[in-house]
Amino acid sequence: MATSDRPFQPFRNLNAKIASIPMILTALVIFIGCTIWTIYYSFTKSKLLPKSNFVGFDQYERLWSTRRWLVSIENLVIYGSLSLIFSLIIGFLLAALLDQKIRFEDTFRTILLYPFALSFIVTGLVWQWILNPDFGVQSVVQGLGWESFSFNPLYDADIVIYGVLIAGLWQGTGLVMCLMLAGLRGIDEDIWKAARVDGIPMWKTYLYIVIPMMRPVFITTIVIITSGIVRVYDLVVAQTGGGPGIASEVPAKYVYDYMFQSQNLGQGFAASSMMLVTVAVIVIPWAYLEFGGKRRG
Amino acid sequence: MADTDVLPNNTSTGLETSGPRGPRPRPMLSRRNIILYGTLIVIAVYYLLPLYVMIVTSLKGMPEIRLGNIFAPPVEVTFQPWVKAWAEACTGLNCDGLSRGFWNSVRITVPSVIISIAIASVNGYALANWRFKGSEIFFTILIFGSFIPYQVMIYPIVIVLRELGVYGSLTGLVIVHTIFGMPILTLLFRNYFVSVPEELFKAARVDGAGFWGIYLRIMLPMSLPIFVVAIILQITGIWNDFLFGVVYTKPDTYPMTVQLNNIVNSVQGVKEYNVNMAATIITGLVPLIVYFLSGKLFVRGIAAGAVKG
Amino acid sequence: MKALRAVFAATTALCAATAANAADLEVTHWWTSGGEAAAVGEFAKAFNEKTDHNWVDGAIAGGGGTARPVMVSRIIGGDPMGATQFNHGRQTEELIEAGLMRDLTDIAEAEGWKDLINPPSLLDSCTVDGRVYCVPVNIHSWQWLWLSNAAFEKAGVAVPANWDEFVAAAPKLEAAGIVPLALGQQPWQNSGLFNVLLVTLAGPEALQKVYGAKDAEVAAGPEIARVFKAAEDARRMRKGSNVQDWNQATNMVITGKAGGQIMGDWAQGEFQVAGQVAGKDYTCLPGLGVNEVISTGGDAFYFPVNDDPDTQKAQDELASLMVSPEVQVAFNLKKGSLPIRGDVDLAAANDCMKKGLEILASGNILPDVNQLNTEDTNTQLSDLFVEFFNDESISAEDAQARFVDIIAQGD
Repeated sequence: MATSDRPFQPFRNLNAKIASIPMILTALVIFIGCTIWTIYYSFTKSKLLPKSNFVGFDQYERLWSTRRWLVSIENLVIYGSLSLIFSLIIGFLLAALLDQKIRFEDTFRTILLYPFALSFIVTGLVWQWILNPDFGVQSVVQGLGWESFSFNPLYDADIVIYGVLIAGLWQGTGLVMCLMLAGLRGIDEDIWKAARVDGIPMWKTYLYIVIPMMRPVFITTIVIITSGIVRVYDLVVAQTGGGPGIASEVPAKYVYDYMFQSQNLGQGFAASSMMLVTVAVIVIPWAYLEFGGKRRG
Repeated sequence: MADTDVLPNNTSTGLETSGPRGPRPRPMLSRRNIILYGTLIVIAVYYLLPLYVMIVTSLKGMPEIRLGNIFAPPVEVTFQPWVKAWAEACTGLNCDGLSRGFWNSVRITVPSVIISIAIASVNGYALANWRFKGSEIFFTILIFGSFIPYQVMIYPIVIVLRELGVYGSLTGLVIVHTIFGMPILTLLFRNYFVSVPEELFKAARVDGAGFWGIYLRIMLPMSLPIFVVAIILQITGIWNDFLFGVVYTKPDTYPMTVQLNNIVNSVQGVKEYNVNMAATIITGLVPLIVYFLSGKLFVRGIAAGAVKG
Repeated sequence: MKALRAVFAATTALCAATAANAADLEVTHWWTSGGEAAAVGEFAKAFNEKTDHNWVDGAIAGGGGTARPVMVSRIIGGDPMGATQFNHGRQTEELIEAGLMRDLTDIAEAEGWKDLINPPSLLDSCTVDGRVYCVPVNIHSWQWLWLSNAAFEKAGVAVPANWDEFVAAAPKLEAAGIVPLALGQQPWQNSGLFNVLLVTLAGPEALQKVYGAKDAEVAAGPEIARVFKAAEDARRMRKGSNVQDWNQATNMVITGKAGGQIMGDWAQGEFQVAGQVAGKDYTCLPGLGVNEVISTGGDAFYFPVNDDPDTQKAQDELASLMVSPEVQVAFNLKKGSLPIRGDVDLAAANDCMKKGLEILASGNILPDVNQLNTEDTNTQLSDLFVEFFNDESISAEDAQARFVDIIAQGD
């Protein structure tokens, strides 16, 4: 930490402050400003254009009595927790596999990483196509003679969110793998040596020594995955359009649809404010511990 | 899961033979290797499957697609869907496919990538080496901002851009990309610069170098790996962006993704899956090539310190 | 004062004309299906040929939901397009109130739109406080059942003449491997289907009472209960139509994979592009053969305020071109919709369009649901219908109870 023990000196840091102006502006004007703006108008009944006709908590009451919003929240919880857990587990296992001094590591890594280069729109379309019951996996397996085979996640309300999850994991685990691999490469070779000398089995070394040492990697990864999960929109739109019925709706889509399709900005803002509150409850305490408090060495 | 079993197994065997360090000679067909490579190949096939389906589908004619098997290789290879996707597919009255959007995408991506990275790297440097009172608070806000759904920001940003007088121009779009790229890039650069040895920094200070001097002469030359990571992330993100492209530009300057959306969503009669797939591949080609060529640098860059806290 | 202003407008228009420079007029719309693109091509062709100006096409695919935020952002962002499509009604009220849309009253008065636009409700939807702000270009009605003659032949049943016969024929269609009713996944298709059942089975008065007066009692009554029962039939009949877009569903009817589809008259354009002949290849039943009424919704073009005199000139010329008889005929023939003026010759129209024209002439018309409900209420309703048509565990009674709640809350 280059500067952690240096006392605060306002003028010597003038250049740094000037250089930080874009960041400060973005933080204040865009993120804080827009958040306040959004919360402010969530108490109005703005329709197409923002207007200050206040209605108190009406928008919020309506929001929480809307079935579609409740389904969206439920889906986000399911999708979010599974996506986070599986991304981390699969990403880590893949990284551990690639870290076994294998041949063709570059090839394998590129194969695992390339889906990340494709947008969610593309990902959604491809998986919609593969999971299509009339053309995709289901019809192919049936064509092979297994007539009763049924795998139709996109048109089955109970499991559609898992269909989305398959696509989401396919797109995102490559990046997680990369971050994890980078983390593994950062572990000192001596630690492995020591563990070997002590006769600790490899899985124990990973679980009790390596993973705790990779804490920063996990944090960066979790930030990246979580921010993606909260905003998940394009993927659902491209893959299922929220269907069948409202079975794969997500909060970001609710926000967008109410803001623009039904021209009820107030309702959309109320929904997005709820998303922000949820995120804030999770992120702020963590961010405070991680960046705000005294830094660990 | 097969791969969890592999690891403990191979340690025990590895331990017994463990002698001097360095890569040990291993017989290619050992049990460990068969399991290891077998697992990897199965996984690789799973990851490649969608790409395979896209390519195969884009080379088939519509009658063949209707027959059903999406995994079968094309009986008759046709490049017509590619030609159509690139130069003939219609949106409304414009029947020139994706070709219109390609240069627009380049014109949008290049300045956006350069400017967003320049700003974020200086920010990260200031946060890592020149922390001032409140700097971490702004950084926390920035990270928090990365959780806000983009859609919420559309209207307020329209108003901000209008007040700045840059709405609808390329400048406006570059500003938007710079703003939304900032959280993650700043995080990357900050973490990277934190890991640079303090002695270097102190020595430069003793020599009388200032904020910009140290940045340009010491930090910049040292941080090539992380710049590569940032460039790759930004090229991918900005090239794939649809929402900002469609909202903050106009038809003359629509990026390729907007054209892709238009082609995929303009169903004229039958849905032409082959043209859609060809269009999808063409649009994804630039980020794909970037990844295939520089995937190695990407991992190296991240490993070089991007993920150190 | 008004006359003075008209004169002033005319002189400035004249001056502008003498100094006329060709302007590029960017026109945004979401017409991207085959029939739609062909129709909008007629506008562009006429505009490029008959004026000095140049049509710059700004099509945005993905429907109004994708296109509208783009259009609204551009208008409030101060970089408006030359002209833009909107569904008229309540969607643009606020933009007009904010003074962002051009007042077209002078052109409307000079050309006597009041007398020639039929039904007058179309122009009323464009009028705010006595001023005209948009150009209606067509009349669309929702209440059509499109049937594939080939599919019924294959199933060995006569082509039905009304909804009940269609329901009765469904088992035979299924037995022949045909999906009885094609329905795409997009939400608006689900609500459209329900609203058609409501108008035709419960009648126009019920529509006025439920959506117009927001009468919760009627909404809870036996007439609407019958509509929900019919919707339950439709839910059973749509099983197996795994498509997203409306024209993919139409395509199922065109290819005989589905027996029929309830869809607005724009589906006509798709049959036409596919080279099918009304009466021979397909059959259309206005009002589902039960109640021959049509709604008169439609599309309209708005012209955002622009400072550039050349662009203004081009906007004026496009506005008057859009209502001119030849362009109306050419456009609506391609679009499958009805023209907004009664004085044009539609000899080229096919059987289905003629049926529509007759109903229009006989005055059996009702307002479009968009003109009665806000988009907000529409979205809540479509959320309900989407769920209902996809989830067999929701009974007709439960759905009706939720329907009543939404109606009671609506404004």
